[in-house]
Amino acid sequence: MSREKKEEGNRSNDLDRVIENSRRDFLRKVTLAGAVTVTGGAAIYSGHRFEKAKHREGYVKVLTEDNRLVEIPVEQMRDFKPDLKMLQSRGREGIPGRRWVMVIDLSKCRNARKCVEACQSAHHLRPYEYHINTLVMKESVNTPAYFMPKPCQHCDNPPCVSVCPVDATFKRQDGVVLIDNERCIGCRFCMAACPYSARIFHWQEPTQHEADSDKEYDVELNIPQKKGTITKCLFSADRLREGMLPYCVSACPNGVFYFGDENEDAVTNGTTKMTVRLSELLENNGGYRLMPELGTQPRVYYLPPKNRIFEFEEGEKREYKEEKA
Amino acid sequence: MDAIRFNTPEEKGKINSLATDILRNVRINTGFLLWMGFLFTLLAACLFAYLIQLRKGLGVTGLRDFTSWGMYIANFVFFVATSLCGMLISSVLGLIGYKWVKPISRIAEIIAIAFAAVAGLVIISDMGRPDRLPYVFMFGRVQSPILWDVTVVTTYFVLSLLLWFFPMIPDLAIAKDRLEGRPKFLVKAYEILSFRWMHHEVQYRLLGQAVRILLILIIPTAFAIHTVTSWLFAVTPRVGWDSTIFGPYFISGAFVSGTAAVIIAMYFFRVNYRLGKYLNAETFERMGRVMVLVGIVYFYFNLNEFLVPGYKLKTGDAIHLRELFTGHYAAMFWGIQILGLIVPIILLLFKQIRRPLPMLIISLFVLVGSWFKRYIIVVPGQAHPNLPIQNVPVEWVVYKPTLIETAVTVASIVLVLIIITILAKLFPVVPIWEMAEEESEKDKITQ
Repeated sequence: MSREKKEEGNRSNDLDRVIENSRRDFLRKVTLAGAVTVTGGAAIYSGHRFEKAKHREGYVKVLTEDNRLVEIPVEQMRDFKPDLKMLQSRGREGIPGRRWVMVIDLSKCRNARKCVEACQSAHHLRPYEYHINTLVMKESVNTPAYFMPKPCQHCDNPPCVSVCPVDATFKRQDGVVLIDNERCIGCRFCMAACPYSARIFHWQEPTQHEADSDKEYDVELNIPQKKGTITKCLFSADRLREGMLPYCVSACPNGVFYFGDENEDAVTNGTTKMTVRLSELLENNGGYRLMPELGTQPRVYYLPPKNRIFEFEEGEKREYKEEKA
Repeated sequence: MDAIRFNTPEEKGKINSLATDILRNVRINTGFLLWMGFLFTLLAACLFAYLIQLRKGLGVTGLRDFTSWGMYIANFVFFVATSLCGMLISSVLGLIGYKWVKPISRIAEIIAIAFAAVAGLVIISDMGRPDRLPYVFMFGRVQSPILWDVTVVTTYFVLSLLLWFFPMIPDLAIAKDRLEGRPKFLVKAYEILSFRWMHHEVQYRLLGQAVRILLILIIPTAFAIHTVTSWLFAVTPRVGWDSTIFGPYFISGAFVSGTAAVIIAMYFFRVNYRLGKYLNAETFERMGRVMVLVGIVYFYFNLNEFLVPGYKLKTGDAIHLRELFTGHYAAMFWGIQILGLIVPIILLLFKQIRRPLPMLIISLFVLVGSWFKRYIIVVPGQAHPNLPIQNVPVEWVVYKPTLIETAVTVASIVLVLIIITILAKLFPVVPIWEMAEEESEKDKITQ
């Protein structure tokens, strides 16, 4: 009996609650609808105003370099091409906050020479003019031969920069060593000082000098190349500015190259596009640098040619014929 | 002290006879014109070679990426070295108090001026972009040894020029009234350049002080030019250049080539200018002794430079030294060391050899050897860089100088000869007043 009463009471309570809920719900919905109407109207109105403003006759909105939105008359709009002064100043400054670093895994290199070709085509070089060259190395009779891609080592203590009499070659804050061929006097002291033979000289007119002659000189690409000046590996500074991997790194079919930022402790393989920790990669694989005894502090690391999954084949000897001027 | 020097009849007589002897050669005669014509024709032909180089680029030379410094740089080092003779003869020997250097000091200065002046031009011929030479001054970085070299070579040239000119002012004053039959411009030049010299004692005292300051200043400058030149190589970590004794090694070598150059010039002036009375056998004898001394010092440095790395035979040094001792450069290396240094030293130990003609022949060997020694220092080491030379055309591996390169080098030598000829033909080569004083002093001793 008492149990039934209880149940009845509960039921009427439930009914009350339902009625109460539906009223609250209604009020909420009305408020919401109102709010939507008001904000929607406001949005439409401001959108309308914005559209009106945007269509102000003869004006266009432009975001400036220091992040300000401004309006300028359409007829004053010009296509922007970076001039020499800008290319030079940004090229000499480098990319703030970065410390570019390269890791070359010798156990993967099979002398495909795709890195060499990509580099030469990007920088307008002849087949025997190298920013990066793959060498056959053999330290002693009983040690194995292996292939070694050799770009500029971008030393942190660069002997070439020390000896340059006119500041034509310089070290940037992001670790890259560049050469400014608008400044180079062609004394070749840097070539004499470089222990890695990383630098080359234009003994004659560069291969595409006629086609390049009207281009604005970009120190990060070193094009147009100039007769009587030095050229060298640039770590593809122009690609780095656009957030891309260097030409040689992305061209390699065998996963030899890693490239990245020492500050982030991360390097990306150019073939697999896998990003790994720089410190772990070096630690797990016995990373080393060339000629550490010279104290040049290279930014290029090598992983030893161990556990190679292929036979060492030197392939056909290539003949290189010098183009006569 | 107020007196005028060279005022007594006796002294005037001495000046007169000296001036007659020495000024006899100050003239523009057919021989001079023919010789200059020959030199300028040769120069023009060689400059044509340089024009080709300018148009086509340094590729017309035998230089390539691996051996990128060759004959031009070797020639530059040789020029800087030979120019050091001015400092050795005038300053080192002069300040010690040797009187016998007086008649040859001006000859030494002429050689110093000519070689130092042309050394700068030789460097320009090696530049890929000679049009950008002003950049060295506009954007120069003091960290670079090239800047040091430019600074000290220029300083040395100016000091040598002053050291040639200052002691000549009294001579110009003596000579200006004795130039009958010479071109007007020359007489005018003598008048202007003698600055109305009165032979007053005060003038001589000031002159003496000025010259003494120059003689002292030029010693560190001369050491600097050749030490810095050696550092152009020694600051790099390359096989054959990576040496701590390069500074003194170069300086001692410079004394050898400089002494040889002076002896050759002495012989020429003795015979052609008939100045045997002043450039006499005794002076030659003493120069022979100087040559023995500097030769032995240079030999000592050679021993250090080759024996010590030769004992250790580090990988790179071993390849380099094998090339020099038994390889591609063996004939040149042993030729230089034996015929250009050891044999001359041994021969000059004998008094019978220390006579003008044998010394001329020996000095020619020494001078030519000195040139090739610079070549041996500069070129062979570059063919063996730390990393192998691969995937390049064959002509990039071994350096062979081309005809154009040789012609441009000949041009520089011709230019040196032109400068020496002009200075020695238009101005007295033996100091008149200093010789007169010398004779007066000798008279006093004998009286």
